[in-house]
Amino acid sequence: MIWFKKEIRANGEEAKSVKVPLGLWVKCDHCGEIIFKKEVERNLDVCPKCNYHFRISAAARIGMVADEGTFKECDAGVEPVDALDFKDLKRYKDRIKAYQKDSANKDAIITGEAEINGTRAMLAAFEFSFMGGSMGSVVGEKITRVVERACETGCGVVIFSSSGGARMQESILSLMQMAKTSAALGRLRACGLPYISVLTDPTMGGVTASFAMLGDVIIAEPRALIGFAGPRVIAETIRQKLPEGFQRAEYLLEHGSIDMIVERKLMKDTLSKLLAMLRRDTGAA
Amino acid sequence: MICRHWLEFEKPVEEAEKRLAELLSYNTEGQERSAAEIAKLDKKVRHALKDLYSKLTPSQVTQVARHQDRPYTLDYIQNVFTEFVELHGDRAFKDDPAIVCGLAKLGETAVVVMGQQKGRNTKEKVHRNFGMPHPEGYRKALRMMELAERFGRPIFTFIDTPGAYPGIGAEERGQAEAIAANLMRMSTLRVPVIATVIGEGGSGGALAIGVADRVLMMEFSTYSVISPEGCAAILWKDASKADLAAKALKIDAAELLKLGVIDRIVKEPVGGAHREPETAYKNLKTVFIDTLAELRELTPEDLVGLRYEKFRAMGVFAERK
Ligand SMILES: [Zn+2]
Repeated sequence: MIWFKKEIRANGEEAKSVKVPLGLWVKCDHCGEIIFKKEVERNLDVCPKCNYHFRISAAARIGMVADEGTFKECDAGVEPVDALDFKDLKRYKDRIKAYQKDSANKDAIITGEAEINGTRAMLAAFEFSFMGGSMGSVVGEKITRVVERACETGCGVVIFSSSGGARMQESILSLMQMAKTSAALGRLRACGLPYISVLTDPTMGGVTASFAMLGDVIIAEPRALIGFAGPRVIAETIRQKLPEGFQRAEYLLEHGSIDMIVERKLMKDTLSKLLAMLRRDTGAA
Repeated sequence: MICRHWLEFEKPVEEAEKRLAELLSYNTEGQERSAAEIAKLDKKVRHALKDLYSKLTPSQVTQVARHQDRPYTLDYIQNVFTEFVELHGDRAFKDDPAIVCGLAKLGETAVVVMGQQKGRNTKEKVHRNFGMPHPEGYRKALRMMELAERFGRPIFTFIDTPGAYPGIGAEERGQAEAIAANLMRMSTLRVPVIATVIGEGGSGGALAIGVADRVLMMEFSTYSVISPEGCAAILWKDASKADLAAKALKIDAAELLKLGVIDRIVKEPVGGAHREPETAYKNLKTVFIDTLAELRELTPEDLVGLRYEKFRAMGVFAERK
């Protein structure tokens, strides 16, 4: 399982997705253009020159799809714990504290309930800037709860993934979140309620190999990196150059792994349309 | 005790055993050696081995779990069950030799068995892809699980893999989806599922056949989210820190039992399953019979409900109301 934050930025290609702040201006590392920050923001954090979809925060993501004033956060008090007393170069405890200090979030995900063009749904959005969006016990628990809540209240689920995979500092407990979240989605399926999985840049490792790939409909943002193993690990294993566009959204669409690629500006309408068409009380003869 | 390959940390015991072998060979050449002297040395060797194995470090357990003489999935299947019939293929792309599946009998009960398979010599290792399955391996396993459910047969899975294969074809054919599909489907199977980690339980590629009512672990096996080497390379930025990573990750059976991730540890013979495979088979068979009897008391609804609760409860977090 891969978990990366600095790694992905240290690597030449991946670094493209990082927005370089230059005060009022930002440089798109994909096309190299220097663009007025306000213009990028107005454009939903998409480069107006090359259509590159920058990584965005969980809060921004929710703001782009939820009808104004309808989002109600759930389980905001669920916090990470250093259950294994894990220490690498730094203690996990200290890492948690440091990330929490820099972030509005307690961990790498926000979950809640909202309306999307009037259709009620449970939402989850990853915060990639929190430990690379890695999945530990908090992410697993919050996803499981939001899915269970959808079962109880009879609505659909939308999850926006952006994650390097399992959180190594929670070791086996993080691995078990894959089973836990997938089992919860098994229940949702039994309830006949729709789940739309949206894969954003990047979606990797144990997140891809569990709930992210279990959508009734799987959507990806343009050029998002999506895979099980990281490109570096694969290149090292096979000692070959990887094909052009490998593990990008367009490549996955071509290989039949996802249903569609949707640009950010069309995301909200696409989601509400799909949710409405898959709702149990519609479409049945 | 026959042992073909000794591990580095076993060196002191290896020396003692060599001396014992020498004594025995002198004996056949007619030189007088007292039976008592030989018995004493034999006892000493056994003690030294037992002592050594009673306090293995996590990184030593990792070496034993990966030992090239260790019983593999097919060894367990052939020695714990009878009438094994191997079934092949995912019906879509190919047969993946890194996962073996089939029907077999445990005593009088017909069951479905499956597990990752490693190879012993170079040719076999390549054929089995070092026990690293492709998506089609997981899809074959899924097909067998559904077959088991249709015919009401209990499922026994054997986990022994460094992980799912990281390759171009594997990604193109949906490695992540194949694993995810198994996780979800296993959580709803209406038949008893018993998983046993027999060697290396490597990450999602291991868990993909591990969502079970009971998860057992052979005493000297490991189960982890990432290999100690991989973890060291990422978190310590130095693959040679694998010893530290192995310790931090808590990958051995005793730690995992404490964490509630596994249900039971199956005793191995002194010095590991490879030294006396028959003892390992016998121990596991006894546990299988017990465990299956326990699970057969449950209705399909209870099995599914309890399995859900088991994995639902995994994870540690705090909550401020
Ligand atoms: Zn650009």
